[in-house]
Amino acid sequence: MDAELRFVNVISDAQMKQHRKSDLSTFEYTYKAEITNIHRLTEMENLYRIQIIDPEERRQFFFKPGQFLMLELPGIGEAPFSISSSPARHGDVELCIRKAGNLTNFLSRVGRGTHVGIRGPLGTSFPMEQMHGQNILLIAGGLGLAPLRSAIAYTQDNRSRFNSVDIIYGAKDPSQLLFTYLYDVWRADDIELSIIVDKPDTSWKGPTGLVTKIIEKMFAERDVSFYKNTYAIVCGPPVMFKFVCNMLNQKDIPMQKMFVSLERRMHCGMGKCCRCNVGSTYTCLKGPVFDYWTVMNLKEAI
Amino acid sequence: MIFRVFDKDELKKLFNVMVSANKVIGPVEIGRDRDNKPIYAFNEVKSFDSVRLDYTTTKLPAKRYFLPFKENLATFSLDADDWQKKVDYNIDRPFIFFGLHACDINALNKLDKVLLGSIYPMPYYAAKRENMFIIGLDCTPQPYCFCRSMGADTALHGFDMFITDVGDLYFVEILSDTAFNFLKNIKTAEPVEDDHIQYMKVVSEKNKKFTTHVDTTDLTKILDMEFQSDVWKQWGEQCLACGTCSKVCPTCYCYGVEETIDINLHGAKKTKFLYSCNLIDFAEVAGGHNFRPERHSRLKYRYYHKHRGFVEAYEESLCVGCGRCGEACLAGITVPEVIASVRGEAG
Repeated sequence: MDAELRFVNVISDAQMKQHRKSDLSTFEYTYKAEITNIHRLTEMENLYRIQIIDPEERRQFFFKPGQFLMLELPGIGEAPFSISSSPARHGDVELCIRKAGNLTNFLSRVGRGTHVGIRGPLGTSFPMEQMHGQNILLIAGGLGLAPLRSAIAYTQDNRSRFNSVDIIYGAKDPSQLLFTYLYDVWRADDIELSIIVDKPDTSWKGPTGLVTKIIEKMFAERDVSFYKNTYAIVCGPPVMFKFVCNMLNQKDIPMQKMFVSLERRMHCGMGKCCRCNVGSTYTCLKGPVFDYWTVMNLKEAI
Repeated sequence: MIFRVFDKDELKKLFNVMVSANKVIGPVEIGRDRDNKPIYAFNEVKSFDSVRLDYTTTKLPAKRYFLPFKENLATFSLDADDWQKKVDYNIDRPFIFFGLHACDINALNKLDKVLLGSIYPMPYYAAKRENMFIIGLDCTPQPYCFCRSMGADTALHGFDMFITDVGDLYFVEILSDTAFNFLKNIKTAEPVEDDHIQYMKVVSEKNKKFTTHVDTTDLTKILDMEFQSDVWKQWGEQCLACGTCSKVCPTCYCYGVEETIDINLHGAKKTKFLYSCNLIDFAEVAGGHNFRPERHSRLKYRYYHKHRGFVEAYEESLCVGCGRCGEACLAGITVPEVIASVRGEAG
């Protein structure tokens, strides 16, 4: 026999443009995208509008609220970001990004027209369709509004499918409020918006304190039947969603009807690098969206 | 399953056939330690005489051939505002492992589950795995080996052929057509009943030599119950958080990714490097928050991943009991001792 082993080229059959999760070529496939606009939200956060360049790829980019993508700047780095835009906009996404590390600081200095790479969408999503016909509480603390914004956009796009929609949003001080230009639009779309800041400045006229204060007020105003048909999405720092979810649980909202989004370091987003593991659960595969019951059962999640 | 036996002299002929046309990696002695014991490594071999069929355990596992410590995931060419990405899986020819022990074969089988079997299979690993021909080799249990406790002392699959020394002959298990064809180059015979008896005798002799054991009964539950136990803090104080255990582990696959720009600014690289969950910044996020800032929380996480999380996902542990980590640990921490202490057994 011929003693030389035959080389197996694992990519030869997988060069097609369609991607299934099981295709080997999916792993490192990057959509080329362009930063079409940069909207300064606060001193620390920008909203980047990023469009997949190929129109066909853009149309086929389907994501659900709560999912994230990996954003790559060649030579600078790659990191996970929750998508902030409406799923109806497909591969023309908005990412709300805080200057926090190498990549995000670099991003804050690039201009319109910069080409970036995106992989995804990845991870689990808020089960919006399950929530149809119900009341929905959207509760955010700080940068938690970034992943929540996609769910808000979904409720706007599908307003007839929800009963009451409440947004309860808390920030450290008025200068850190995100998406201020949208507040009137949300209210016009019959969304009850309550905003609270912890450290008011002289111009602040709204309530002062933590989001839990708004929730207490809500508890006083609404009767028990409201909570029977209510889902909640809570995004923010772990200490915040722990308090909020425990409060909501007092009103007998089941833990499986409350959803949170966890933030972890990720280097692959595809269940390989282990950097995002909580206990031994991959945040990138089983999350970032978890119901609160699952989070309670994860070691070291909160 | 097909079995054959062959004279010991035939193995060299088989090696020569293989090495004539392929890259062969085998166990070799690369030096001596302070007790004058041989240090073994998996290196490329050209001559049969340099292969140490009697090797005990290599210091480093074979993983650098399928999970290199550093590997480019992609390269970019940069041109003004635009860039092109080029992905290469970094292998261009098949290779042969000549003499992997059962633990190292089982390590590959476990890695297959997470790197090939789950969603998003990893092409860099797959490309190497698909181009690997494996000859397994029986071994003698060392004082630190606890593979039998982990169910990794025999390999049921994941190799092309497995050779056992049964005295005057080699007894070989053949799992692939390629292996069967290779064996046509040497003189083999169908084993007779005496060969079977001899094989079983060798195996039962081997099993008597295990001295280290780990009780894995209900371990997933016990790890959950003892999550807040003080024993973790004690091990954490001993641990140097150096990451050596992950480096020598045949199943540790965690990694980090880094991007760099070439000095001429015309290109960039995306590089993957194996990492360790014991290193301080493993779970640190941008902005500086660290989800596991203490040594004990990272050491505990490592045990959780291997002995609880992986079991939950795949019904088996991510440890093959090769004992490399305990042998290499500068602080003298061994898996059997840690698990015994968590179980409340006096070490």
